[in-house]
Amino acid sequence: MAEGRMRGSAAPNNLYFPLTLTLSLREREFSRQYHLKRELLKFAIFTILVLLLPLAAKEGYILNVLVFVGIHSILAIALNLLLGYAGQISLGHAGFFGLGAYISGVLTATHGQNPWLAMCYAAGAVGILAFVIGFPILKLKGHYLAMATLGLGIIIYILFNETVDLTGGPSGLSGIPNLTLGTLTFDNDLKNYYLVWTFTLVAILLAVNLANSRIGRALRAIHDSETAARLMGINARFLKVQVFALSALLCSVAGSLYAHVMTFVAPASFGFNFSVELVTMVIIGGLGSIYGSVLGAAILTLLPELLRAFQDYDIIIYGLILILMTMFLPGGLVSMAPVFMSLLRGRRKQPGGAHAEA
Amino acid sequence: MEFAQQLLQYLVSGFSTGAIYALIGLGFAIIYNATGIINFAQGEFVMLGGMLTLFFLNVARFGMIPSIILAILVATLCGVVFNRLAIKPLKKPSPLNLVIITIGGSILMRGLAMLIWDKDTHAVPAFSGSEPLDLAGATILPQHLWIFGITILAIAGNKFFFYYTISGRAMRACSYNSRAASLVGIAVERMVLFSFLLSSALGAVAGIIVAPLTMTSYDVGVMLGLKGFCAAIIGGMSSGIGTVLGGIILGILEALGAGLISSGYKDAIAFIILLLILFVRPQGLFRKAETERV
Amino acid sequence: MLRLDRVSKRFGGLLALEDVSFRISEGAITGIIGPNGAGKTTLFNIITGLYDISDGDVFLSDARITGLPAEKLAVKGIVRTFQNLELFGNMTVLENVMAGLHTRSRCGMVACALKLPWQIAEERRIREEALQWLDFVGLSDDARLKASELPFGKGRLLEIARAMALKPKLLLMDEPAAGLNSRETLELAGLIRRIRESGITVVLVEHDMELVMDICEQIVVMNLGRKLAEGTPREIQENPEVIAAYLGEG
Repeated sequence: MAEGRMRGSAAPNNLYFPLTLTLSLREREFSRQYHLKRELLKFAIFTILVLLLPLAAKEGYILNVLVFVGIHSILAIALNLLLGYAGQISLGHAGFFGLGAYISGVLTATHGQNPWLAMCYAAGAVGILAFVIGFPILKLKGHYLAMATLGLGIIIYILFNETVDLTGGPSGLSGIPNLTLGTLTFDNDLKNYYLVWTFTLVAILLAVNLANSRIGRALRAIHDSETAARLMGINARFLKVQVFALSALLCSVAGSLYAHVMTFVAPASFGFNFSVELVTMVIIGGLGSIYGSVLGAAILTLLPELLRAFQDYDIIIYGLILILMTMFLPGGLVSMAPVFMSLLRGRRKQPGGAHAEA
Repeated sequence: MEFAQQLLQYLVSGFSTGAIYALIGLGFAIIYNATGIINFAQGEFVMLGGMLTLFFLNVARFGMIPSIILAILVATLCGVVFNRLAIKPLKKPSPLNLVIITIGGSILMRGLAMLIWDKDTHAVPAFSGSEPLDLAGATILPQHLWIFGITILAIAGNKFFFYYTISGRAMRACSYNSRAASLVGIAVERMVLFSFLLSSALGAVAGIIVAPLTMTSYDVGVMLGLKGFCAAIIGGMSSGIGTVLGGIILGILEALGAGLISSGYKDAIAFIILLLILFVRPQGLFRKAETERV
Repeated sequence: MLRLDRVSKRFGGLLALEDVSFRISEGAITGIIGPNGAGKTTLFNIITGLYDISDGDVFLSDARITGLPAEKLAVKGIVRTFQNLELFGNMTVLENVMAGLHTRSRCGMVACALKLPWQIAEERRIREEALQWLDFVGLSDDARLKASELPFGKGRLLEIARAMALKPKLLLMDEPAAGLNSRETLELAGLIRRIRESGITVVLVEHDMELVMDICEQIVVMNLGRKLAEGTPREIQENPEVIAAYLGEG
């Protein structure tokens, strides 16, 4: 036993590794840093884009839509951690989003609680709820998991409708205050834009970090083969529950933001259809791609605005998108990115540089 | 005495909605047993049954019986088309893909129904009058009797099909072991198609017989479908008596819950039962636990 | 090292293993052989915690490990490879091995999401060690490929690298030579010897008798869910019962 420990602490190379290794290792270390830099560069470019976008969109209406793109991005990223990385579906995430919104709404509008504190309470409560319910629910797999999360979402939705004294029932809850920071009140679209996107950027950064860590690898391992993951010592069950709770917690924060931006919440925003919409966002963007989720959220939020004439029929388009994407582009739009890039590069260089890095 | 009558009333309505859930649940179970797919679009065939009947009745001005038959045929055709276009082309689909694609199919059908018809709720005439009958103090509508009768017929027909016809037996063989079935020369592909055909027809029948009681609209399929699934889960996904019992248990619990607790939470009951069963007895109420295989 | 004490496994009415007892000595290479359906893979699934045990006990270095879940057993040092490769197909070759280092790293969700300094250091250590294991099996040049793109033989090597990354005490290999050509099999034999030399106890289920007789010091013969014989390669080759079982099987 003790002997085994000692072996464990000694670096493996003094036992049987060739010495020629060091040079190639250094080379690879270089490429790793290159990879990290790329990741950072991507984030920096994206941040600048987000910061500058309001200059281009002077019209208040577009800004307003972009605020929702931000909120939906957080939700899609949250769901992607669960669906795209761990491979576990949830058709009830609108429920967690709604819980965040309602807890924030009720605490601030009815009880005069500080909105930031309320946001924390909501996130904590929803995270704990998801953690507790995660144990039995994530024991289920595939179709059964989908149905169970769907049921959970609907139960939450029914609660919003039926606890009229608390939530105002189907007609909704109004009078939710805006968030404030010192003397700054987030009461117009421009301020809300920066508020929401600050959260979105933080969510992106956290999610990207997580995805590129041992936890992210373990989640993807579970996705590919849960049996093999467990045999590699990965506690699949606990990890799935953890990521479920984290995902729900992020949704709750998005819900709180939504409540304070809208100053009004009603159950209709948190039903089954919205859960499906969230799944659609993740699928469009690409399972397991954080920026893809932002893209998916942007498309699904902008689409109905562009198709104003079809107002009610956007549901048909969602249906078609889900079917066609699953059949023809299961990797989502981001899976087109390498193809797109190599097309661009092909213009300048000879084809053949098809190294899809990162 | 009052209370007993009330209870009887709940039982009557519980049995009739339960019968509907049972029919829908059978649809779920049949496809699941043949393919391992939970067809999230199952509820839409229920919707199609009701809406199509109404369409043939009011727009095409057919009589009741031709309308019903046509509605079942068209809904079944939709099921077959859905199987051919969306499910069959998938090569080695993961459960996740199947969930997503059947959800996609479901909202597509719902959207098309909204596009073709409208978003309103429509009344459908009862099959034979709406003069209530008296049953030991509880009222019972003729439509209730239709529901009981047709459900029993459908279940009996189902049973007959699975046990006494070649195709039915072949389908049962597929559900036990599809590879072995294909080795003895059963066309598994065709059996899968059959299962979609059968379950969309059952769904449509359920939608048609319940429409006069509950009215119909483009989005009735969501809730009815989910409750049908709940019935099938209680019954352990059996395409026989288990699911029927599951439907009836669910229907009665709902009716009692709505009457004795609150009608607002009626829908929640089904989902709480669903979660409890999935958590505690995922093999259903009536089946012994099977040893889990990796 | 590992001791099985009257282990039985039933599937419904089928008795897949019956009263199997044997002992695997530390630092040796042990082969488990037997005709198809003898219960060899079932045995592996029991030892690695994939199957519940119906009867009997399993001990690792005198500690009872019966009924522990697979992930706990992996932490305790029991690791395996698969007959039909169970790689993480959507991850790169390097990431597969890095996933193998999961149990030997600490950082939790918070540290990972915030990229705390010690998480960065740990990540670097994981990566470097994973690269060393790839070198160990000779896959360094394929580090960036997707695991599903590897040819079968290399996939097997990757599984071994991934298993080694856990620093196992006991490495179980399920038909490691299946699907390999003779040159690859020869290399595999060398690799298995090197693994043993690093102090790891190796158990393999294998049909390639030449390989088994060549590298194993100890052999357990299974037949129809029971242990038929146990001994050195020579003893086994001369055991009349074993010969009968193999000939009887055709």
